[in-house]
Amino acid sequence: MATTATMSKKTLWGGGVAPLKASYGKLMMWFFLLSDAFTFSGLLITYAFLRWSAPAYKGDPEAFTFSTEYWPIPEKVYEAFPGFHGVELPLVFVGLMTFILILSSVTMVLAVEAGHRMDRKGVVKWMLWTIIGGFAFLGCQAWEWSHFIEGTDVATISDVMINGIWRENYEIFGANLNFNQYGPPAFAALFFFITGFHGFHVFSGVVLNVIIFFNAATGLYDRRGHYEMVEKVGLYWHFVDLVWVFVFTFFYLI
Amino acid sequence: MEQTTNVTVQPLDKEKVKGIWKVALILAIVTAIEYVFAFTMEAGMLRTVIFVGLTIVKAFYIVSEFMHLGHEVKGLIYSIILPMMFIIWLIVALVNLEGGAIKDSRGIIDYEPAATEHS
Repeated sequence: MATTATMSKKTLWGGGVAPLKASYGKLMMWFFLLSDAFTFSGLLITYAFLRWSAPAYKGDPEAFTFSTEYWPIPEKVYEAFPGFHGVELPLVFVGLMTFILILSSVTMVLAVEAGHRMDRKGVVKWMLWTIIGGFAFLGCQAWEWSHFIEGTDVATISDVMINGIWRENYEIFGANLNFNQYGPPAFAALFFFITGFHGFHVFSGVVLNVIIFFNAATGLYDRRGHYEMVEKVGLYWHFVDLVWVFVFTFFYLI
Repeated sequence: MEQTTNVTVQPLDKEKVKGIWKVALILAIVTAIEYVFAFTMEAGMLRTVIFVGLTIVKAFYIVSEFMHLGHEVKGLIYSIILPMMFIIWLIVALVNLEGGAIKDSRGIIDYEPAATEHS
């Protein structure tokens, strides 16, 4: 750092100095994440805007039933847990998913920390845990989606359009892109789009983590002399966790 | 490209690892508090504000500690945080003001079940 202080302006513009004291790759990762945050902001704005302008349910929460006429109470939609059919466990499963993702974020920080110390074994171990966490989350999401699509035991009755034919008093089970048993069509469409877009980010993150895991395990970063790639992919992985924190609040709590 | 073949592994800094787990514990506790509010408090504007506030607390810890932004130079911190602050302003304006205005102007009314109407 002493060299930067004595450097003249000419050499400063000549390259060889890291602006903002972050490497090129890390800086670009930060700006990519910023732009990605804009994308997710757009999706969350759409969600909140549509929800805010949709009819809300003002009755007693105990007496709540699904209808396509008003927006559902999230606790009544997300209350299933694998292996506990018919038992009402509101928000327990998403709680588990949140827990898994936060834990995999922690193991990622530990991998980065091991990378700083040039500890290859540590990096490999913690990256492996991070990958397992990522797959566990994706598995949970797959189950949640299939349950959401399949629906509950009781149908919601509404008039719907199927293949261009108007069907009156149709029994709706689960959800598709045109209509769903939980609420207005926009409810399921937004669920698929936002959790799907996040899930796709998780999937890309897992792919990147696997690549980094193999590179670290084969000693590529030891030969390179630093483990900065672990840090860069770590930034992306934490961002995925960060987005989930927001999706969790807006989708499941509010 | 072959630079070093014999790499020296530095010893584990126990304090640093402890700090990481501490942040994880804070995140878990804040999530637990969110659950308490979700089950004990009635839905409404105040609860929404509490949820968003707690979410921002969690976001702060993830970005500042896990993503290490809190330990970068000021220029980098501001170039990430300032655009995000403008976005949050936009979200509040669009959702709260515009969403409400659209609902009013379209005459969308909330659903009240007949049984609870008199109460």
